[in-house]
Amino acid sequence: MSGEHHHDHDHDHDHGGQDIPSATALRVKALESLLVEKGLIDPAALDAIVDAYETKIGPRNGARVVAKAWTDPAYKARLMQDASSAISEIGFTGSERPHMIVVENTSETHNLVVCTLCSCYPWLVLGLPPVWYKSTAYRSRAVIDPRGVLNDFGLTLGDDVAVRVWDSTAETRYLVLPERPEGTEGMDEEALAALVTRDSMVGVAKVVAP
Amino acid sequence: MNGVHDLGGMHGFGPVRPEANEPVFHAPWEGRVIAMRRLMGAWPGYNIDAGRHAIERLPPVDYLGFTYYQKWFQSLIDQMIASGTITPQELTSGRNAAGVPVATPPITIANVAKSIAPVGSFQRDTGANPRFTAGDTVRARNIHPEGHTRLPRYVRGHIGTIERDHGAHVLPDSNAHHQGEAPQTLYTVRFAARELWGSARNEADAVYLDLWESYLDPA
Repeated sequence: MSGEHHHDHDHDHDHGGQDIPSATALRVKALESLLVEKGLIDPAALDAIVDAYETKIGPRNGARVVAKAWTDPAYKARLMQDASSAISEIGFTGSERPHMIVVENTSETHNLVVCTLCSCYPWLVLGLPPVWYKSTAYRSRAVIDPRGVLNDFGLTLGDDVAVRVWDSTAETRYLVLPERPEGTEGMDEEALAALVTRDSMVGVAKVVAP
Repeated sequence: MNGVHDLGGMHGFGPVRPEANEPVFHAPWEGRVIAMRRLMGAWPGYNIDAGRHAIERLPPVDYLGFTYYQKWFQSLIDQMIASGTITPQELTSGRNAAGVPVATPPITIANVAKSIAPVGSFQRDTGANPRFTAGDTVRARNIHPEGHTRLPRYVRGHIGTIERDHGAHVLPDSNAHHQGEAPQTLYTVRFAARELWGSARNEADAVYLDLWESYLDPA
């Protein structure tokens, strides 16, 4: 069990995560110095990881997968059958192969991804999750009131659309393949990828034609 | 454990408030925390399930009041102190205690690339025959383990349908407590929204969870 805690309670108890307690920043710096001095971590590796999260991994990876699935039916078939392999074809998996599953939105079915127990999220294709995805509001409500959550995002679905919520309880990771919007028939893969938003791949938004 | 982290179906947390043009990190220290966790995760005695369980065991008031990265930071400290990786005295002084040899990090700038993605595969070849097949009706067990589990309260006791078999996966309930990987068949199980939340829900709506074999009984 965790022992006695010495937490700083000078931070704002809002739930957005925007308010930054400077005491925490100092404590993080102190821990980092200690771990480096003990030889437990390499500071250059630490910098490289931060840089990768800030500049290399992110929802543009997922958008490329979606745009390719929209324009290449054979690729889409492979993606729906074995998403991990199909995503690694795009080339940004490195040596890691997370167990990916793609779920497709249609006019009859809308998929929404959540992790009620923590914050599991398909980092490989979407990067780090936004604050709202990790919030108690989203995690508590997405399973009991997904239509209400979608309303918070400005998306109202009719009763004729089935809502499927995917609660990420294991090391399987879910990516929503949004519907290709009408009016994009003449667009190429790159132009389509630019339309695909992070939120549409979590299932809280639709992709909108320009 | 029946902790405050098990949020599915709870009321009172208000509307979801997306932030426009949200940055990856809201302060530089958040990036340092996530990177420290990735690097410490390569040491023996650290695994993703134990890391999640350390977050769940934060005092409930802290769990609800902390930001996401504050939870990661405090639970990392808790794990390092519990495992003896660092001592509270070292944490206070910021210096390696006298006589403690300096270690060699398992991840360096030379091999960091493969540590950036969060997880490797958790699938294991056990050769065991799965107990259930797609289409089977199952009931999530009404169990309340005090340790780590990935069976949320909101499905316990409810009836669902096996949708898909993912093969054997590392069992978090065991791995989080350093009791071995104990792989079991993992299934996607579909629960009708009406089964979970009552008749006012849309008949076609459903919630899908990935659940290990020992979480399920035939129904």
